[in-house]
Amino acid sequence: MPTLFHKVWNAHAVRVLPSGQTQLFVGLHLVHEVTSPQAFDMLRQHGWGVPYPDRTFATVDHIVPTSGLKRPFLDLTAEEMTVALERNCKQFGIQLYAPGAPGAENQGIVHVIGPELGLTQPGMTIACGDSHTSTHGALGAIAFGIGTSQVRDVLASQCLSLDPLKVRRIDVEGRLAPGVYAKDVILTIIRKLGVNGGNGFAYEYGGGTIDRMTIEERMTVCNMSIEGGARAGYVNPDETTYAFLRGRKFVPSGAAFDRAVAWWRQIASDPDARYDDRVSLDAAAIEPTVTWGINPGQSVGIHERIAPDADEEALAFMGFERGQPVEGTRIDVAFIGSCTNGRLSDLEEAARLVKGRRVAPHVKALVVPGSQSVRTAAEARGLHEIFTKAGFEWRGAGCSMCLAMNPDRLEGQQVCASSSNRNFKGRQGSPTGRTLLMSPAMVAAAAIAGEVVDVRTLMEEVPA
Amino acid sequence: MSKITVITGRALPLRGDDLDTDRIMPARFLRAVTFENLEQHLFEDDRAANPAHPFNNPQYAGASILVVNRNFGCGSSREHAPQGLARFGIRALVGESFSEIFQGNSVMLGIPCFVADRATIDSLQDTIEKTPEVVVEARVDTGIVTAGTLKVSASLPHAVRDAFLSGQWNPTAMLLNRFDEVKAVASRLPYVSGF
Repeated sequence: MPTLFHKVWNAHAVRVLPSGQTQLFVGLHLVHEVTSPQAFDMLRQHGWGVPYPDRTFATVDHIVPTSGLKRPFLDLTAEEMTVALERNCKQFGIQLYAPGAPGAENQGIVHVIGPELGLTQPGMTIACGDSHTSTHGALGAIAFGIGTSQVRDVLASQCLSLDPLKVRRIDVEGRLAPGVYAKDVILTIIRKLGVNGGNGFAYEYGGGTIDRMTIEERMTVCNMSIEGGARAGYVNPDETTYAFLRGRKFVPSGAAFDRAVAWWRQIASDPDARYDDRVSLDAAAIEPTVTWGINPGQSVGIHERIAPDADEEALAFMGFERGQPVEGTRIDVAFIGSCTNGRLSDLEEAARLVKGRRVAPHVKALVVPGSQSVRTAAEARGLHEIFTKAGFEWRGAGCSMCLAMNPDRLEGQQVCASSSNRNFKGRQGSPTGRTLLMSPAMVAAAAIAGEVVDVRTLMEEVPA
Repeated sequence: MSKITVITGRALPLRGDDLDTDRIMPARFLRAVTFENLEQHLFEDDRAANPAHPFNNPQYAGASILVVNRNFGCGSSREHAPQGLARFGIRALVGESFSEIFQGNSVMLGIPCFVADRATIDSLQDTIEKTPEVVVEARVDTGIVTAGTLKVSASLPHAVRDAFLSGQWNPTAMLLNRFDEVKAVASRLPYVSGF
């Protein structure tokens, strides 16, 4: 009656270290340009090698410009960090997907390309120097965000030293209303359980609502586990998972695929699995959700007002008052993208709303596909034309305005309707910039209205 | 590796819940291939917005113990946050709670994150604010934290405490030791052998 977490943990546990922590084998290691250069330097300092170079894959996403991916980048620091990663990957024999090199078509946000390429598979342990590594749990993997010293450890030993997590089962039952998305589900979970409620836990998401979700929707949910304090989040693999994986680049084919499915089936939590905690949520009660504060737990339903006991610091920073709705807030910027909501289905849903409409004249709006392959697929469907005709900028792949390490950033006190994952003070590049998190469809609706609106009003009216 | 049993020095009280790593180290300072000079940018935006920010207060310069509130270091896994604190001279944190990734990153740098309840943290912060020159001592072995005449109890996860006391808090060498066992585990995983 073990959970998937315990089965995966036990299958990868090497030994209990003298420190009391567990030495855990890491099945897939993903690397990007920002949290890895110091780790490679530490390897060289100690004379350590990389024993499993074929279990690590690298890409560039955080700092890369999305306005032009021609090398050398105009941003000299972005170029320097990309060159450093190229040199490191070459020295240690690691596959890198970066602009201007073979395999460039596979470049993108690390948490978008892993599942896309079929690198992410059920039953794996996955680590990456990025907190949103929890995304990969959507395929039934146990995936940890780690720091740079741990990136060094995984490179040098393919292992991590960790303490096991407790498992909290989160059941979501019922139908989501039209205009309510996976993003609204996870924002509601975080609001309910708190931004530190998941400390010490892995979140196992299940129930009818999660079962009916596509893998891309499950990725949105698992992605933001860390915003609720849970270092890992996952969904048990099922037929949706196997159908998603079949035919992907790094997924076995033929008889080996059938053997893989057999192994993936038995790694799922047992029906009578015991959990350290259980929580349930009614999907039908979830409204399109927007954040009003400075952490992802500070949110309201679109027709709800900010609570009378709302945090003073957050209100002051955001310019809201208690009892005020977020609906009707004028926005300056609309950002569709990120590892939370930068996949093809996110862009399709936003484009469906944008088609035949125009971005409000005062709004700067941009769409940043999560990967080059998302971009290509979107263009094949003509989405780029719908977006550009409406007044959106159509960009190359990267993290972009989610964390503003490249030139895509807020200025002054601008308000941004954003499909990303964090509304922390200064997160989008301006120390006084203000972020309102919401689903990509809600961002599209806000871009058109010029203010935060209920996406459902747009769904009902016929565009001119 | 050195054993860490006690951290002694002046302290810096930093009030506030959910102080995320973007606040501690804004992303624009991650645009570099080294961790050098990060201490200059700790809480840079918060300090600019608030001249009375404790990291602006010369009375706390040279502090080696940081006293914080709930869910400190949440958000991004960037090690740049604890690296900046370490380079500033912080050798231990005492707080109500820490994000798991931040806590793990700090341990890798030899920085214990002690946990105590809100009232205890409040009393420590009060004491330090009233007497910034007070010497604080945080003991890894007993979890006792003293600030002048104030003596309180805090805790560390057992594995972390034992790792510091035995000097085995940086795991790379341990992970590389007995590597045949790593190979054995890898060879049993069906996806490693291609199913």
